[in-house]
Amino acid sequence: MPTTRRQFLSLAGGVTAAGTIPIVTLRPLRATPAMLNTAIRNVVGEAPIRTGKVKVDIPPLVENGNTVPMTVTVASPMTADDHVKSIHVFNEKNPQPNIANFYLGPSSGRAQVATRIRLADTQKVVAIARLSDDTFWQVAVDVVVTLAACTEEMN
Amino acid sequence: MSVWRAIAAAALVAAAPALAGEIPPDARRSGYSFMGPDTRAMQDDDTSNPGMLFVLDGEQLWGKKTGSAEKACADCHGDARSSMKGVAARYPAFDKTLGRPVTLDQRINLCRANHQKAAPLPYESRDLLALSAFVAHQSRGAAITAGDDPQAKPFVEQGRDLFMQREGQLNLACTNCHDDNFDKRLAGAPITQGQPTGYPLYRLEWQTLGSLERRLRSCMSGVRAQAYDYGSPELVALELYLMSRARGLPMETPAVRP
Amino acid sequence: MAALINVPAKARRGDVIEIRTLTSHIMETGFRHTADGKLVPRDIITSFTCRYNGTEIFRADLFPAIAANPYLSFFAVAKESGRFEFEWIGDNGYSSTASASITVE
Repeated sequence: MPTTRRQFLSLAGGVTAAGTIPIVTLRPLRATPAMLNTAIRNVVGEAPIRTGKVKVDIPPLVENGNTVPMTVTVASPMTADDHVKSIHVFNEKNPQPNIANFYLGPSSGRAQVATRIRLADTQKVVAIARLSDDTFWQVAVDVVVTLAACTEEMN
Repeated sequence: MSVWRAIAAAALVAAAPALAGEIPPDARRSGYSFMGPDTRAMQDDDTSNPGMLFVLDGEQLWGKKTGSAEKACADCHGDARSSMKGVAARYPAFDKTLGRPVTLDQRINLCRANHQKAAPLPYESRDLLALSAFVAHQSRGAAITAGDDPQAKPFVEQGRDLFMQREGQLNLACTNCHDDNFDKRLAGAPITQGQPTGYPLYRLEWQTLGSLERRLRSCMSGVRAQAYDYGSPELVALELYLMSRARGLPMETPAVRP
Repeated sequence: MAALINVPAKARRGDVIEIRTLTSHIMETGFRHTADGKLVPRDIITSFTCRYNGTEIFRADLFPAIAANPYLSFFAVAKESGRFEFEWIGDNGYSSTASASITVE
């Protein structure tokens, strides 16, 4: 994928924020609405967010946006020294950007959480994990929500 | 709005000359077979099926004394696991006293009026859905036989006529979608055969349990028709026809549908 | 209100077990309006906690984007026999609890 100007700027910004550490740092996401960005920064602060380690499973074609099964998994040994402290899930187009925060630890054994969420429309879902070394890792997935036929009138 | 465009497109398809074919018994398919794997998984596991929350509530209500007669369902019917087994697969059933078929919801309210001396539970109320779900759950796996009673036949016929009758601003009959065009898609969602195997069921759209009558009413507003009232003879007849049309399919209550 | 809890009755020490909970709640978003235009006030579960023999092992903050009748699945290391306690807290003073026991060999 060609680097867009916005990506380039965010890469440059990331390098500045991270000082001399040679890692690829992304501002949350291209075309991310301001509310989502603010919600993410409320959790992460100014810390850099790296892409990787986190996986979000949502059915490729959501049958109804009112109840969407979602599983978030983080690659982590979940030991006392190296574990996931929390997972934060956000969305782009619902009225509110937060979906859920999950707090876990070494006694979880596995860094995997599943729930059912509401998605108002086809949109991005972002999951961010905070590890025990206080690094943040993220993934963003595009979710296609099909519009059901013959839905009841809005009430 | 795109949903209405899609329905209008379906109306054009339906208007093309096609034999209004009734679905032969061996081709009858539950709505379950039209769902994706994730929704199926939600129905299959009782601890992830949200409909089971209502079944649990219904179990509580079954044993709870109510009305001025201070009677619980269990005081007459005992253990529902045996006394209610297979019952919902026969509903709506012909009531000799009334001379017409009654739905399971109506039967529960008749019991409340006649035996418990209690006020009827409103249609779609949590308690009525919970009791219905608990009773119907005892028939899970049982083959549907509603409409077999010879006395019910005229009402099955009435329901069939309603199923075949075009209605609403889109001028569509139930049969145009659910006999002639199942397996096709409407606004991204598959058209099912409309087999009512799992009511009351948990719709992801509703995010709650609901009755077959609620579903029928939302189809009616979908084709821009005036929906019949809950408990009206027309809805009961349609429900009876739909159940007789699903003859032999196993009950799934509480089913999960998109 | 009803809740459905799935915790294995037995596990070997050190096993990672899955815990699933499902509870009745409308999860009214606070963003919907009635037919006559009135805003339906928010009524959601805001917090879920799981304790294992008294120690918190999992917690969640929930928002209106969580579907009605919240479902949660998460994992725990089976350390000792005892009890998992679950607590849901929400708007308008909502609170409910459930528990499940486990035998660890």
